Amino acid sequence: MTSPLPIKFYQTGTFTVGNRLLDVSVRSVQSDSQRNNSLNSGHRACQGCGEALGARYALDAAMRAVNGRLVVANATGCLEVFSTPYPESSWRVAWLHSLFANAAAVGTGMAAAMKVKGRTDVRVIAQGGDGGTVDIGFACLSGMFERNDDVLYICYDNEAYMNTGVQRSSATPAGARTATTPAVGEAPGNVMNQGKNVPLIAMAHFIPYVATASVADLRDLETKVDKAMRVHGARYLHVHVPCPLGWGCDTGDTIKVARLAAESGLYPIFEAEYGEITGRRMIRKRVPVDEYLKLQSRFSHLFKTTEGRARVAQIQAIADRNIARFGLVPEGAPA
Amino acid sequence: MSIGGFVEGRWAQAIPSFGSERMGAPVVAFCRLHDREIRAREPVTAPDAVVIQDPTLLHQIKVFDGLSPTGYVVINSGRSADELGIGELVKSLPAGHVLTVPATEIALRHVGRPVPNAVLLAALCALTGELKLESVEAAIRHKFKGDVGERNVAAAREAHAMCARGTAAKGAVTHAQAV
Amino acid sequence: MLKQCEGSQAVAEAVALCRPEVICAYPITPQTHIVEGLASLVKSGALSPCEYINVESEFAAMSVAIGASAAGARAYTATASQGILYMAEAVYNASGLGLPIVMTVGNRSIGAPINIWNDHTDSMALRDAGWIQLFAESNQEAVDLHIQAFKLAEELSMPVMVCMDGFILTHAYERVDVPTQEQVDAFLPRYVPRQSVDPDDPVTIGAMVGPEAFMEVRYLAHAKQMEALELIPQMAEEFRRVFGRSSGGLVRPYRCEDAETIVCALGSVNGTIQDVVDEMREAGVKIGSVSLCSFRPFPSAALGKVLGHASRVITIEKSLSVGIGGNVSHNLRMSLPGRDTKVYTVIAGLGGRAVTKASLRRTFEAAIRGTLDPLSFMDLNVKAVERQLEREKAARRTGPAAEAILRDLGPTVGASASTTTHGPAAGAAH
Repeated sequence: MTSPLPIKFYQTGTFTVGNRLLDVSVRSVQSDSQRNNSLNSGHRACQGCGEALGARYALDAAMRAVNGRLVVANATGCLEVFSTPYPESSWRVAWLHSLFANAAAVGTGMAAAMKVKGRTDVRVIAQGGDGGTVDIGFACLSGMFERNDDVLYICYDNEAYMNTGVQRSSATPAGARTATTPAVGEAPGNVMNQGKNVPLIAMAHFIPYVATASVADLRDLETKVDKAMRVHGARYLHVHVPCPLGWGCDTGDTIKVARLAAESGLYPIFEAEYGEITGRRMIRKRVPVDEYLKLQSRFSHLFKTTEGRARVAQIQAIADRNIARFGLVPEGAPA
Repeated sequence: MSIGGFVEGRWAQAIPSFGSERMGAPVVAFCRLHDREIRAREPVTAPDAVVIQDPTLLHQIKVFDGLSPTGYVVINSGRSADELGIGELVKSLPAGHVLTVPATEIALRHVGRPVPNAVLLAALCALTGELKLESVEAAIRHKFKGDVGERNVAAAREAHAMCARGTAAKGAVTHAQAV
Repeated sequence: MLKQCEGSQAVAEAVALCRPEVICAYPITPQTHIVEGLASLVKSGALSPCEYINVESEFAAMSVAIGASAAGARAYTATASQGILYMAEAVYNASGLGLPIVMTVGNRSIGAPINIWNDHTDSMALRDAGWIQLFAESNQEAVDLHIQAFKLAEELSMPVMVCMDGFILTHAYERVDVPTQEQVDAFLPRYVPRQSVDPDDPVTIGAMVGPEAFMEVRYLAHAKQMEALELIPQMAEEFRRVFGRSSGGLVRPYRCEDAETIVCALGSVNGTIQDVVDEMREAGVKIGSVSLCSFRPFPSAALGKVLGHASRVITIEKSLSVGIGGNVSHNLRMSLPGRDTKVYTVIAGLGGRAVTKASLRRTFEAAIRGTLDPLSFMDLNVKAVERQLEREKAARRTGPAAEAILRDLGPTVGASASTTTHGPAAGAAH
């Protein structure tokens, strides 16, 4: 899935570094001292913020792909708030925040304006968190997809409304504790739902490009952004970005937690073109979901009771289903 | 009708007052003709003329409410006023002010579809002398381009010829109401 | 060109003459014919370059307009009724961001009960959204106001709503003089945005603003509307010079010079009122009327001058501020400081109830006699309401009120003289 590189990076634990070992032409965008720093340092995100990391990598990759000819529409949310406390701004791109629910539509408007002005070199990204994307912004997102407007929409999914203090969104995973799904009563935490897979819904619009990515694999994220910016029409990128505050994990474990989400099968990483899956990131070392869940206090109640263990088994079944559905481990590999 | 009035240099106003009705529902529309600007936008409640496009409404709705005692009536029907059961109305109006025209049949013959509007407009103008036939034709051609327009014009001409008779000039204002 | 055409078609042509670059369209009665007209003009290539976007909701319509306007394009949309409420958040956002979007509102009531006919509840609901609100008296004025609206919006970096009565204007065939492209081009310069989202000059727009500056930003919007009080009459005068006719402005008085009684209203009902004023003048009554063309900004000074020595003012209002009464009269009192002018609020024409000359005259005469209540409801079927109140007193489960009143009134199908509604009220045309 990641661009085929001659060198493996297992020794570093992540795919994010080690670029000095590579030829300049295949080094990551972030390793370039001339990178744009689209979301510059000095912003007010929490320690270990996966969203800040994901947004920085995604926009820098996009800026390189389009030679800096980029405008961005941002939904209301953590990313918007921590980056622009008036009169300061961390954005080193042309950036507009309008509302919570309308980033995709604002992106459509920007793309229309650029087209009508004959400025076809200027490209558009709309972005938001999971609340602004899969919940309140969903209608505008679907409309943008259906019209195949020339916008890349990036959702930074941290699985709840973090800006307002960790309330449940429709991207919140089964069983998770949030401020509105407290870990009390007979059915503690979030409902044991199957979730709402917006990448699959995006694919159902048969748009040119849909992908999922994770801050666990930032080279893969960069590659997918680059690929997305080389295509016209509606594109969708869903990025898994742990939120240490909301998830109750160590601020130094952001990448680790994100990697375990992928390696357990709970967060499948794949890409699709015109509604067909064209690539998947294979699981390298499959882990039981426990390893992922136990790092996060939002799931801690599951490990305290027999009923909780049964719920963990249900979550394992979701991971197994993902692995089977997306073919994330080679056939015949041990389960 | 309002376009025909405009063609003659008069001020005209046409207001449909229906909204959410589906095909086949009873609807009403108003038209005013005047020699100066028409400012009022109230519905026509005391018409000088009433055009009934669907005679089945005659006995279901008070279509002649407010009609001027010297007003005109055009009904889309091949039957006579007596046969339609409105003999009383005919008696209350000046002689020759009620006209029945088989507008749907005429339209079917010329246009091929049951669209009696142009035919009824021509009949109304023939009856009242309110608009010249040329103005009606111009209005029809304005609304319906090409062959459809010409077929409607032919239908209007037939109706006009059928109904034409000398009429004196009418008062300055005409309020028409089509049901 | 002088022509006889539907109001919506005339407005579509006028908007096209203003060379909008992005049009966002979502159907809602009675505005739909306008965006349909524009669709034809864009599809046929008559209006080019222009991006016509069929959006999935009114909220998206305004949001796309926001994105387009912020990226430097001249943006337009149209809506009505539930649509303006559905986009309400974005309506505020557009003005907060200072984006000169022009929007037509084909004025229509707001449900429940669902009703597609004309009143001003929709525009009134958004009167505090920071948009300039201009009300058209006729289709000619609707055409002219759109041309002025783009210029006004862009000069102030502030969005403008052109309000025209649904059906009564949008669907009426009237004589309209649609100007030439040369005339409009001479009047309306190319749009140069004050701010834009542009990679050549990357800025952050829409940042979080705290208590230290929020009031100043809001006050700036108010200051600009106060500027508009100067600009709107200037623009109307400039319009007159280029196009040879008067349209727009803040207020338009009719036979007010020596009037003891002055009637004040918004929109198309002014024509009907003027006819009544003429009739009563012929009978020797010193009465006049004033059309409020600009409702936001509210022209307190200009209106105060017109109302001058009048001893009574009657507002004919097509919206009801439930729990207090009139929106217009409430604002209008600000124009009468220290005067003991009597103000009569008359709520009329809600949900398309016909506003007739006969009823207006009865109302004006009652005010002059001193028998009109300070707040009254023209042609309200009081008995029907009283019967419903009695039913509700007598029993708990009386069911839905609207349906009970309809049942009480019995079948209303037909060409009834006093109403313009026909058939079941359940038809949804959203």
